[in-house]
Amino acid sequence: MELTKEEELALKGEFGETLQTAYRILVATGEATNAQKLIPIQWAHLSGVNYNTIGDAGEEFLSKLSQDAKVKVMTTVNPMGFDFDSVSRYDLSDEFILKQKSIADSYKKMGVIPSFSCIPYEIFDLPQKGTQVSFAESNAAIYANSIGNLKTNKESAFSALASALTGKSPYSDLRIDDTPNLTIQMKVQDPDELAFGMLGYFAGKVADNAVNLSGVSGMDRRKCKALCGGMGTSGRCGKFILGEQTGSEKIDFDKKEMQKIHDELNTADKGDIITLGSPQLGLQEMADLSMMLKGREFSKRCMVFCPRSVQEQARTFGYTNEIEHAGCEILSDCCTCLSPLIDKDEFDSVTTNSIKGAYYLNNSNGVGVNLKPLSKIISDETK
Amino acid sequence: MKVIVSGKAQGKILKTNTPINFLGTVDKKTGTIHDSKHDLYNIPMKDSILVFPNGIGSSVGAYTIYSIKSNNSAPSAMICKKVDLTVASGCALANIPLVIATDQEYDKLQNGISLTLDTDSGVL
Repeated sequence: MELTKEEELALKGEFGETLQTAYRILVATGEATNAQKLIPIQWAHLSGVNYNTIGDAGEEFLSKLSQDAKVKVMTTVNPMGFDFDSVSRYDLSDEFILKQKSIADSYKKMGVIPSFSCIPYEIFDLPQKGTQVSFAESNAAIYANSIGNLKTNKESAFSALASALTGKSPYSDLRIDDTPNLTIQMKVQDPDELAFGMLGYFAGKVADNAVNLSGVSGMDRRKCKALCGGMGTSGRCGKFILGEQTGSEKIDFDKKEMQKIHDELNTADKGDIITLGSPQLGLQEMADLSMMLKGREFSKRCMVFCPRSVQEQARTFGYTNEIEHAGCEILSDCCTCLSPLIDKDEFDSVTTNSIKGAYYLNNSNGVGVNLKPLSKIISDETK
Repeated sequence: MKVIVSGKAQGKILKTNTPINFLGTVDKKTGTIHDSKHDLYNIPMKDSILVFPNGIGSSVGAYTIYSIKSNNSAPSAMICKKVDLTVASGCALANIPLVIATDQEYDKLQNGISLTLDTDSGVL
């Protein structure tokens, strides 16, 4: 990879340890993806905010880094482990709360926008078509590339952080237009959001860095987010293009393939608690949920995850009334997946419509998962 | 082979043909995989030369790689078949040598064999 003189100097440590570390990461990821050069990016979205996932080593790293590091471009961040507004109602240790606060403070000190959301594409204006960005949250990277007309690789927590600190990223992989060599033919009729999530999970398993999806119809934002979430969970695929590509290899996603994924991720017949939102719910989804829950009440606890800015708007429009009347707990700044609020000592199993949530609830939180589309969750679990 | 993070390392090869989801399945303190469906289930990676096709899953897996290094439970080097940014950036920050093997080189690497890796040598 060709570096400019200034980049060479930064890599040698002439501009301090922080930039040296950042450039070391950019060079490694550049070499890994055969990049010829670094290019400017205009927006970085970071993962690695939840103490549950980055642990003590991550907390200490960020605390040290934030002593002199400042982001160079607009930088937004992923959810953390809990909502400070309601944390006292949950059984979290003081240590967890303190360490989480330290992580949030470190990011704020570096100049990030404290968005704590995995759906930056839904709560911030998207820059103009073709803009290079650097998104670490996988569902957001896939959405940005496939729907948002932006360009990003499926960045890692550190490659996006390095981009935030330098305003640069290696020019490689998905940043360069190419044509996916695989088409997945959607053969499941009338797919609900769960089926879209499983299509994404299947695509992530079989595709390389990008894939064509043919036969997809009736995709709304909820279904699209489910697709992006599922795809980001199972593989390295960071982009889909709707439609068939002539000359590409073709694979069917049919009922049989869908059943295999369902069997893999559906590990319980029922849930002790319900969670909605992974990815977090957007304003339209809160409005829809409010309509669906009108006059109904959940028979068990239901946690609803949405960004803080969405919750505030949903309160103004009154959407939260029906949702809270139905017994839901609305949480911001955190998300279903990898939340310490869902603990295996307290719950054996969770009902959710999220494929991404199902994967992490099972593998990281160690609880069973009962998968159902939202319509069925509401018909089965509310009166 | 292609060098992504340079360095020297020694260890026994711990090989799997199943991709690894560092965030979802690797314990950030002990460096073992806690997904019982994975063929490296419960086997410590510490001081091994970890050979696997590629990383998958969450971008935060890079922090997991940094954590296992900080907790002295990391492999001494990693060898992959395909690149992914999570593993590349995690190894870069944690200073774990990382190389990408050709298919031929990858197939020759056998589980349990002692290996000395010197990325300057240019050969596996």
